[in-house]
Amino acid sequence: MNSYELPDTVAPVEKSPVTEAHWKLSTRSISVLTLLVLLGAWWLITAVEWIEPLFLPPPSAVLEKAWLLMTKGYMDSTLWQHLGASLQRIGLALLFAVLTAIPVGIAIGHNRIARGIFDPLIEFYRPIPPLAYLPLIVIWCGIGEFSKVLLIYLAIFAPIAIATATGVRTVDPTKLRAAQSLGATRWQLIRHVILPSALPDILTGVRIGLGVGWSTLVAAELIAATSGLGFMVQSAAQFLVTDVVVLGILVIAVIAFAMEMGLRALQRRLVPWHGQSH
Amino acid sequence: MALLKLERISAQYPGAAEPVLADISFSLGPRQLLVALGPSGSGKTSLLNLIAGFVAPSAGEISLDGVAVKGPSAERGVVFQDDALLPWQDVLTNVAFGLQLAGVPREKRETKAREMLALVDLAGFDQRHIWQLSGGQKQRVGLARALAADPRVLLMDEPFGALDAFTREQMQELLLQVWQRTAKPVFLITHDIEEAVFLATDLILLAPHPGHIAERLKLDFGQRYAAGESARSIKSDPRFIDTREHVLASVFSQRGVSREQHA
Repeated sequence: MNSYELPDTVAPVEKSPVTEAHWKLSTRSISVLTLLVLLGAWWLITAVEWIEPLFLPPPSAVLEKAWLLMTKGYMDSTLWQHLGASLQRIGLALLFAVLTAIPVGIAIGHNRIARGIFDPLIEFYRPIPPLAYLPLIVIWCGIGEFSKVLLIYLAIFAPIAIATATGVRTVDPTKLRAAQSLGATRWQLIRHVILPSALPDILTGVRIGLGVGWSTLVAAELIAATSGLGFMVQSAAQFLVTDVVVLGILVIAVIAFAMEMGLRALQRRLVPWHGQSH
Repeated sequence: MALLKLERISAQYPGAAEPVLADISFSLGPRQLLVALGPSGSGKTSLLNLIAGFVAPSAGEISLDGVAVKGPSAERGVVFQDDALLPWQDVLTNVAFGLQLAGVPREKRETKAREMLALVDLAGFDQRHIWQLSGGQKQRVGLARALAADPRVLLMDEPFGALDAFTREQMQELLLQVWQRTAKPVFLITHDIEEAVFLATDLILLAPHPGHIAERLKLDFGQRYAAGESARSIKSDPRFIDTREHVLASVFSQRGVSREQHA
């Protein structure tokens, strides 16, 4: 149990665990330290010129390039425009995926016929790497924005639908019966019991989906695009502009990390009961 | 007033060799608190599920005020053994849930919910989260939620089975007070003999293989408590102890018989 034990009588006082030895580092500081050591190693290696800047530019050069990219741009677009293009694609795909995959997931978890229809379809296409069917999408839909959004949409759809179906299937039957004996109709059951019960699973599905979607997006931009972070990295690599390549990879990583953290925060906020004893 | 009637009810799970319940008949009316007592396997949970409408009987008919029971409905409120509350809502919203489902406006249903919380001694717990409550408090919220929907019969599925002995006694007394005040017919199942003897106006003893009524008793200890006598004085009354021992012996003799039959 935790500080929720004493809700309104006592303000939860932050007590540092006195019993813990002072020299013990928290996991977080160990992680930060590891990153700092890596950065230092990068700086050291480039400073003493063990590796040529063509292969590994020093951190300072990458930072300088970042400033340049933000103000002047690369390949006709600034870093912001590349980033914006990528984020817009994944944002649109995520929006449509959430709007369609959650209802489909509920249907799969709730209804025998819907499960019969959707289950094999999703299980059939889900294991295929999205880049394997990208060529087909390009043949059918061209190389415009639509095919990229469609590709990411398909990549995100499956994890959300599957996670939602799992969440729906594992709803506590006692809670369903309780709602029924209070007069809940079928729709009220879905709205008031099934959907909130499945929310932790749905959010996990969104987290997984976003991870898959982001890597698919960047890979797709490497292959067929005229803007976006993946395109920026790919075109810079063709001219051996290594600092842009390194910068692009770092930005891609930071965005992925930020999305993951944002969703975890959302999960804590939306489903505070999850993981509590109940 | 409400009258629940079971006529020659049998129940059998698909594929099972013998029925879980056979030929069960009884009726339950206002000011009655009917307790079904039995060991596990005697079909008491199945009996409650039948009355609640979660499952259908294989033979016989269940009716409430002459209308056949078909599926769950707000007419038959249920209090469950384990926590069946919605953890994503606070206490007040949980208690008002039945009224919300019925489309009662917010202000009206919350007034009613506060009333019910006061009835189970949880006034002021409106904003609490479910996971902040103790086991006994959760069961109180469950009771308040069932009562708020104003059911005609209250069904209780081993409501105090998961509580510690001290809390269980408190809850039994609370139930009797609530039952006295609301005058709702209550159907309660338990495997706790003392609980059954203390609460019941009508006690039916279920025996297994297949579940059937082995004995019926009319009791008045709960009414004595409701009339103001203290729980300790009732439970130390020789007549209470005699009844309890009689029921205990009856349960064991039923078990003995069923063992011999199986040997």
